[in-house]
Amino acid sequence: MAIAKVYGIETEYGVQVVGGADGNPTTASSVLINSYVAQLAGRVGWDFEDESPGRDARGYVREGAMPPEVETHLVNTVLTNGARFYVDHAHPEYSSPECATPLELVIQDRAGEVVLERAMAAARRALPPGEEIVVYKNNSDGKGNSYGCHENYLMDRAVPFARLAREVTAHLVTRQVYTGAGKVGCEAEPGSAPAFEITQRADFFEEEIGLETTLKRPIVNTRDEPHADATKYRRLHVITGDANLSEVATFLKVGVTALVLLLIEDGVLEGRELVLARPVPAMRAVSHDLTLDEPLELVNGETMTALDVQWELYGAARKYSEERGLEEIGPDGAGRQVLDRWESVLAGLEAEPAALRHQLDWVAKRELIDAYCARHGCGLDDHRVAALDLQYHDIRPERSLFRRLKMERLVDDAAVEAAVTSPPTDTRAYFRGECLKRFGPSIVAANWDSIVFDLGGDPLRRVPMMEPLRGSAAHVDTLFDGCDSAAELLRRLGA
Amino acid sequence: MTERELKKRTAPPKEAPEVVEEAPPSTDRGDRLKAEIDDLLDEIDEVLEDNAEEFVRNYVQKGGE
Repeated sequence: MAIAKVYGIETEYGVQVVGGADGNPTTASSVLINSYVAQLAGRVGWDFEDESPGRDARGYVREGAMPPEVETHLVNTVLTNGARFYVDHAHPEYSSPECATPLELVIQDRAGEVVLERAMAAARRALPPGEEIVVYKNNSDGKGNSYGCHENYLMDRAVPFARLAREVTAHLVTRQVYTGAGKVGCEAEPGSAPAFEITQRADFFEEEIGLETTLKRPIVNTRDEPHADATKYRRLHVITGDANLSEVATFLKVGVTALVLLLIEDGVLEGRELVLARPVPAMRAVSHDLTLDEPLELVNGETMTALDVQWELYGAARKYSEERGLEEIGPDGAGRQVLDRWESVLAGLEAEPAALRHQLDWVAKRELIDAYCARHGCGLDDHRVAALDLQYHDIRPERSLFRRLKMERLVDDAAVEAAVTSPPTDTRAYFRGECLKRFGPSIVAANWDSIVFDLGGDPLRRVPMMEPLRGSAAHVDTLFDGCDSAAELLRRLGA
Repeated sequence: MTERELKKRTAPPKEAPEVVEEAPPSTDRGDRLKAEIDDLLDEIDEVLEDNAEEFVRNYVQKGGE
């Protein structure tokens, strides 16, 4: 049965050292994050107690120390907005706090960009003159190396995973028509003539389903790590998406996927046979088809274009909405907002994609590159086109090409600024963030589903947070009211 | 049948706008668009990394996730 959606997004940023002798990306990522947190009042590390991703265990590094290049000593911190900011492999990664609406997720994703922007500025002050660490919000270096932008959705555990995987795949393949960030040059076929494609990521998917994220990447990722009550919840971890700069693209990427998950949870897609015969080739075909006309074969022998599949899902979601509402997407008509934008963007893609150049990343980038080539009489193989492709994603406002395109905004700067330091109010991120703000020195570690307090002589005290929608302002503001110490908070919690 | 499905079936064939996109637009709207893009390209010529070839060559990442 459909449950209220909780959203998160994790972005690995590309990182480049400019003007420095040592271009080690792990060191650079650590310097960035250390520089950012060094200017903050307190600092709390990440708690790995409940982590079980099948990955290496990681730990902490002392303030100001250069971490060695081993995963157990990488920088890892949790911010007062409830986000996690850390070094993942050789990239700085920002994981948003849990959000209760797609629009809140957009705000938090933008706040992550601001954090990275400030981390770059802080690192610049700490580094020798002429040295700089620059980050890019993209997913590929154009040379066959990819890094991810992963989404997370809270789901009903009772939905059989096999059915979920079967029914969500066609959406993940076809949503690329609005989630793509655009790219010149196919990395699946090195040496091929450079062509523009819709997404950064499609070239890197080789399997239909699996646990991997770094090689043989699957369209449906099977990581089972709910970070919540595992008897009730599943966290669907989606790894196919591009990191978007466009707010509209992020909003649709997350909002529409959540709508499709509601349909799956309530069994609406059962029997509709929106199942692709060959999802992996289809992933690339959609990304490379700028006409949006490529027929995709279904298991029932029929063919549909990516837009056909999206319209079919839209029709099902709209009917579902009329019959029983969309409150699981979020309060205050959040679901309706998604539905309306979804419709207008699909209609735009069908009529004249270029008209969406202020809404979608791939369209904006394509228009820009076409215009640039026309002015300079160059082709897609020109180095300046590759530079433009890359610099679109530069996070520095003075260098970002994206910032010059006057893209449509869905959230305002004041909300983004507030989200840099304050958590969303309607999920457990509120409790995490507020505890860090109020009692930071008494907190030794925090993670998605618990906070560990150190009150002095006693053993450490862990406060579990296994319900992602509990710990909101409505739940805990009275608890914080007049509470002046961590000890008092724990007494009130009865912990 | 939903309203959307009706709209979809009455939408113009995709070939038409694709062709228009290939040719420079000549309408007033097209002129305004062109002026807007010209301004943008002027700006981009100023901020684009100086040595494009070196900039792109040096951007090498380790795979992540």
